[in-house]
Amino acid sequence: MASPKAYSFVLVGVGGQGTLLASNILAEVGLAAGFDVKKSEVHGMAQRGGSVLSHVRWDAERVYSPIVGMGEADLLLSFEKMEALRFAEFLKPGGTAIVNDMAVVPITVSSGSAVYPGDEHLRRVFEALRAELVMVPGERLAQEAGNVKAANVVLLGAISRLLPLPEATWWECLSQRVPKKYLDLNRVAFASGRAAVAPTPAATPA
Amino acid sequence: MKRVLSGNEAIARGAWEAGVHLAAAYPGTPSTEILEELSRFPHVYCEWSTNEKVAVDVAVGAAYAGRRALAAMKHVGLNVAADSFFYASFTGAEAGLVLVSADDPAMHSSQNEQDNRRFAQFARVPCLEPADSQECKDFTIAAFDLSERFDAPVMLRTTTRTNHSSGPVELGERADRAPRRDKFPRDTAKYVMIPANARKRHPLVEQRARDVAAWAEKSPLNRIEWRDRAVGVITAGVAYQYAREVMPAASVLKLGLVYPIPEQLVRAFVAGVSRLIVLEELDPVIEEQVRMLGIACEGKSIFPLCGELDPSVVRQAAAAAGLAVDHAPVEVAALPKPELPARPPVLCAGCPHRGVFQLLSKKKVPVTGDIGCYTLGLLPPLSAIHTCGCMGAGIGVAHGAARAGIGERMVAVIGDSTFYHTGLPALANVAYNQANVLVVILDNRTTAMTGHQANPGTGITLGHQDTRVIELEPLVRALGIEHVATVDSYDVDGLEKTYKELMSHDQPAVLVARRECALLPEIRKQWVPLEVVEEKCTGCGICFRIGCPAILKSEELDAKSGKPLALIDPDQCTGCEVCSQLCPHDAIPTRDQMRLAEERQPASCSTPVSGGN
Repeated sequence: MASPKAYSFVLVGVGGQGTLLASNILAEVGLAAGFDVKKSEVHGMAQRGGSVLSHVRWDAERVYSPIVGMGEADLLLSFEKMEALRFAEFLKPGGTAIVNDMAVVPITVSSGSAVYPGDEHLRRVFEALRAELVMVPGERLAQEAGNVKAANVVLLGAISRLLPLPEATWWECLSQRVPKKYLDLNRVAFASGRAAVAPTPAATPA
Repeated sequence: MKRVLSGNEAIARGAWEAGVHLAAAYPGTPSTEILEELSRFPHVYCEWSTNEKVAVDVAVGAAYAGRRALAAMKHVGLNVAADSFFYASFTGAEAGLVLVSADDPAMHSSQNEQDNRRFAQFARVPCLEPADSQECKDFTIAAFDLSERFDAPVMLRTTTRTNHSSGPVELGERADRAPRRDKFPRDTAKYVMIPANARKRHPLVEQRARDVAAWAEKSPLNRIEWRDRAVGVITAGVAYQYAREVMPAASVLKLGLVYPIPEQLVRAFVAGVSRLIVLEELDPVIEEQVRMLGIACEGKSIFPLCGELDPSVVRQAAAAAGLAVDHAPVEVAALPKPELPARPPVLCAGCPHRGVFQLLSKKKVPVTGDIGCYTLGLLPPLSAIHTCGCMGAGIGVAHGAARAGIGERMVAVIGDSTFYHTGLPALANVAYNQANVLVVILDNRTTAMTGHQANPGTGITLGHQDTRVIELEPLVRALGIEHVATVDSYDVDGLEKTYKELMSHDQPAVLVARRECALLPEIRKQWVPLEVVEEKCTGCGICFRIGCPAILKSEELDAKSGKPLALIDPDQCTGCEVCSQLCPHDAIPTRDQMRLAEERQPASCSTPVSGGN
């Protein structure tokens, strides 16, 4: 992990997977932890089954650009396997990719005009970047927590393990964003995502 | 208290804190959320107007009446509203009038790229450009004050990146403002723009621009940040963020007011730096104003004219021009990736437009399209749309081709919201000038593309009040169009039969294809996924040709043909039954057929069980 004073995240997925909610929470967590934050995404045509790309930046002093440059993300959080490949160039060499073990098959594949890439490509691409690749079974863990739709919260749990913030900060922001009746379910989902990732030395709370 | 707000949320907050009384808009990415957010605040009347021109007139009316008013639109919305924008500049108003223009560099969701600071300059309207969410709020408030100070409409120009980026914003309270007028003004010299009056207004408008420029010399909206004097960058909006990120050592003149620019402040900055750079997205609007002062500078000779800037683009261009940058441009190594399948936007599973496009594709007719989800009907395998220009264009284009004597029958397709927006005058033209055009109104009972906003056909207002539904059929008949028919968009045979009937007359005709968008919350509750009966499917592929994302190719192959069978994704299928109706082998039972089969099955099972007991 780079300087603990600044983090650049790129979140990718497919419309409808909860990528935008996850990036909202990530921005709010950064603000609650005392960082200046910015978040950027594009709405519109992308919502009709297209790729979704969202940028989040934290800086202990000040964030200027809301967009992360190519090769400048410390962390790539992908809600879908092929989208991790598509946007891999955002990750800086030596960064970390957290990838949901989930394929959303696009119409170009289901109609037989293209082939969905195999998992070996993920390993190959992130090895070439000297990046750490962490696969998280988001949907399975969410299902075990009680609702498959909580996969985005599982992934937030996973990313939380790599960042030097108290778990309570995450939970405070999360609990304001999820409906009250699903609080317990989301707590389990977040914890299971957190448990699915080995902590990095840099992630010990200060 | 600080909260993370998007630029759009911050604009709404700023308008509310500024005491706005009325806001009007037509939905359009990236501006839509401004009114959606503002409508949640108390004490503000908010509406979806039928189009942007109407929205600006509505805001003008409120401002003439002495109430602060705001109109919001995407960049191309101002093309529609341009006429109103210009007269409003000439008349001014009795209270603050702010127009938000949300430009879309890179055309994330637009048909063309344009820099609406040009419109501000063109109409002599002061233009503010915020650089982040906090400024979106602060500048909205400043825009109302500026508008009242100079008796001018003020443009708040944003870009997709500021509208849809979020950052911390300090919240304030609403300054409740008494209306500045009890009665509507009768000041005809100011508000009746007959030539004799307008001629007197024009010099005042030009003087006003000079007055604003003079005021801008001391305004905190503009500021010089002195750092290293070797390079000075004049910049505004989100480009300021890229300047600070990429050239952290450079001195910066940050313009909050990008038109008109303050001459003395610019000269003071220029005198203090060795090399002068202008960094701005899209057009050289600031650069040209600086050059008009007789000052040499570099701008578009370094940075791109087209598309959106970002730190990588700015760094690459700045480094190539020999400017000091924070670090060398990142060389993105070619990664060992396979060719990745595209994930194009597609018509959703259950989209009511699919049946219409299936028909038009089969008929091989020329189809002029319009702006909305249904523009996606151009994609293969349907490939059913042949033009799309701007809101409301399709009907006029079809009429022109027909009247010019093209040998084919022209079909125009247009969504319900787009029809009320600008389709209506075009259809009146068809009725008046009698072209034999078939206009298909794709009525999905919402404004779907921008996220399900209400429109005159929905019977609901932006404020969730019930209102009159403006029914399409009587409206169209009232224009004098005789051949009008309505069909359920999911009824494949009905569509074809009606199409043939309407096309049999050599006259204007309107087909209303009606069915709610499948993604509306109350419709989602009614989804029932269909299934393919494997024994009946032959892998003929007819259902693959309607481009439904819920219909997949199975790994099972047909024994005879060796072709893959169809498989329906139960998570995506809504049960629209368009595929059921097209399947020549009855391999996809309808909901009714499924229900009947289910009712029969338990009956036949239960008999031996009860008999056994």
